[in-house]
Amino acid sequence: MNQRVAIVGVGWAGFRPATPEVSYKELMYDAAVRAYTDAGVDPRRDVESFVTVAEDFHEGTSIFDEYTPDQLGGALKSVQTITGDGLHGLATAYMLIRTGQFDIVAVEGHSKASNILTLDEITAYAQDPVLNRPLRFNTHFVAGMEMNRYLYETGTTREQCAAVVVKNRFNALANPSAPYGADLTLQDVLSGPMLSAPLGLRETAEHADGAIVMVLASEQAAQQLVDLPIWIEGIGWCNDSPSLESRDWGQAIYTAQAARMAYSQAGINHPLQAIDFAEVDDIYAYKELQTLEALGFFRPGEAGELTAEGFTTPEGDLPVNVSGGSLGCGHLLDATGLARALEVVLQLRGEAGARQLADVEIGLVQSWRGVPTTNGAVAILSN
Amino acid sequence: MSMRKVAVVGAGMTKFVRRAQETPKELSWQASRMALQSCELTMDDIEAVCLGTAPDAFDGVHMNGEYLSDGAGAWRKPYMRSYVGGGTGVFVPIQGWYHVASGLFDVVLVLAEEKMSSFYPHAQAAFLTIFDHTTERALKPNLLWIFALEMNRYMTTYGISKEDIARVSVLHKHNAAKHPCALLGDADITVEDVLNSETLAWPVQRLDVSPVSDGAVAIILAAEHIAKRITDKPVWIEGVGWSLDTAYWTNRDLVYPRYVEYAARQAYEMAGITEPRKQIHIAEPYDPFDYKALHHLEGLQLAERGKAVELYISGAAALDGDMPVCPSGGLLGVGNPIAAAGLMKIAELFWQLRGEAGDRQVAGAPRRGVAQAWGDLMQVGTVVIMGR
Repeated sequence: MNQRVAIVGVGWAGFRPATPEVSYKELMYDAAVRAYTDAGVDPRRDVESFVTVAEDFHEGTSIFDEYTPDQLGGALKSVQTITGDGLHGLATAYMLIRTGQFDIVAVEGHSKASNILTLDEITAYAQDPVLNRPLRFNTHFVAGMEMNRYLYETGTTREQCAAVVVKNRFNALANPSAPYGADLTLQDVLSGPMLSAPLGLRETAEHADGAIVMVLASEQAAQQLVDLPIWIEGIGWCNDSPSLESRDWGQAIYTAQAARMAYSQAGINHPLQAIDFAEVDDIYAYKELQTLEALGFFRPGEAGELTAEGFTTPEGDLPVNVSGGSLGCGHLLDATGLARALEVVLQLRGEAGARQLADVEIGLVQSWRGVPTTNGAVAILSN
Repeated sequence: MSMRKVAVVGAGMTKFVRRAQETPKELSWQASRMALQSCELTMDDIEAVCLGTAPDAFDGVHMNGEYLSDGAGAWRKPYMRSYVGGGTGVFVPIQGWYHVASGLFDVVLVLAEEKMSSFYPHAQAAFLTIFDHTTERALKPNLLWIFALEMNRYMTTYGISKEDIARVSVLHKHNAAKHPCALLGDADITVEDVLNSETLAWPVQRLDVSPVSDGAVAIILAAEHIAKRITDKPVWIEGVGWSLDTAYWTNRDLVYPRYVEYAARQAYEMAGITEPRKQIHIAEPYDPFDYKALHHLEGLQLAERGKAVELYISGAAALDGDMPVCPSGGLLGVGNPIAAAGLMKIAELFWQLRGEAGDRQVAGAPRRGVAQAWGDLMQVGTVVIMGR
């Protein structure tokens, strides 16, 4: 059994609003080659297993795992696909290595959102086919209702949610991989059209195309391969109720439970003291605030106020989404969690360029699978 | 440090039927409940849930894993869904295995569900969307055609007759007549019946093919120290393997499933098996079509290439033979709700190795069995070795 597992290579392609000149396979290949070069591994010789994350309806292909091995170098090897976020892929690779049967495993996630002409209709197919889908609501309504409940329960304001957008899109200006960088005011955000009241369109991440590959290794292999392995100190994931009728609307219980699992592995009791920075879900701006509270950084109702005061800016006490988050980098569908994890790896390695944070040792990554799911995952990484 | 041992401690399955009245969630719930009851556990004892179901297109639900989660029992628990096409049913216990073997969890529920009848008028149409959108889908291919290509290649390469291949269908359907959950068990079927059935895409005839079905199967996995408290008869997962070949299936020589061989070798190595024909006592190869069982027995190294049919001719494959094959009745007899059918084979080994398989119990107190599934574009092999 291997106890410790590290990320030893990262590679990515994108992120851009559209990539008409390349297929998803080419995006994956591009990211994979960079990740293997970064780790100094040959996929045919060294990588023993491959984990991809994908959903059939996003790909327009049933049992999409069929089309994953070639561009990753995984043909005739142990390849599997998880219908989860990229962090579920990382968790899977983490478990595979800990069994002791595998030393080097690659994880891949991608988005070719620009290929999907009718994403809202596709997402509607994720609603309960008997109880909800016949109502023919755009699935964003779930986020609108959830935001409304969250604001009501915690006293958070729309302005505080808009502050998340201003912060993250400004952060994205320093990230060359982020296509949605902008210098906005609160009024710019709040004056936009409504998506599903009280959720505004400008508080919602646009989509982007991209692919991310990470190479994970056991402690022994990691120390042979690279000088600065990034350790997975803890990883957790959890589902709450899928039914709209019986879920808790105000709080992200799934994130709280996933965090509890990750914290207990990492031995963290006081997240705000132990963790230097975080990359969390912000597909909708209010989710960043709700998530920070679920992660135990703040009490319910505090996140909005502290965000408005600048506590979570790159210069603040707990920098959150220095990469720009999904609001700045674009929503990468199932690869979203890997994009957040990528930023944490780059920061911990000191390779984040203009947005590099000083003296960081432990970073947190969190992801949520979007409406209408209640599926969250959390990882703690250290250098 | 040595590897953590993982045991199957409970199993349950719904009847496999042509059109279930239950929703996919309800089928999942039924199988989970039966598996829990079989080992006297409740959901409070379960630390994580793994789900297998093949394409989302059957249920017509995007992110189908999320939709099925509460039916599977994953409410407020770590939960993941994996898939490798038709190989999913034998992959999801591998997923459960690495959940436990990693040391993160001690007790895990593994569930496979498939409801194909929701796809109207016939699930076969969903398979059009598994083909490459640019090079293949425009030709409107269908699974029966590509199986016909493979069957023909297998028959003509080795000179195997349709009569001999039909023996597979006959034996499996005979065995299934003794399975209480079977859809197409038939104690009286003969080789002539298979040869006289309707031709679908030559050489594939109706009784060469497993039926489209609905159903769910669940098993409970536990780490060694817990397993021994739950049951006196744990069945250990001794080896696992899986291998996914290139998507360019038209470049492959369809006569031999190399991906099954690679998966089997991985599993045998982990289980310390050097002579599978002596050390494996029961085989549950994947049999969506009758020739496929032969194909896979060869990939599993349980027969020489082109010689698997001799196990059927000699009687070795029968319930009282030296190497019983598909004592459950397989997909041809019990039914083929894709992911659930694979996990059914794991449940069958569990019951057989514990001596609980009722009328289908194989002779000679078997010690070790292999289950295997296949899927995607003639592309993936998944293998699990179980022993007591």
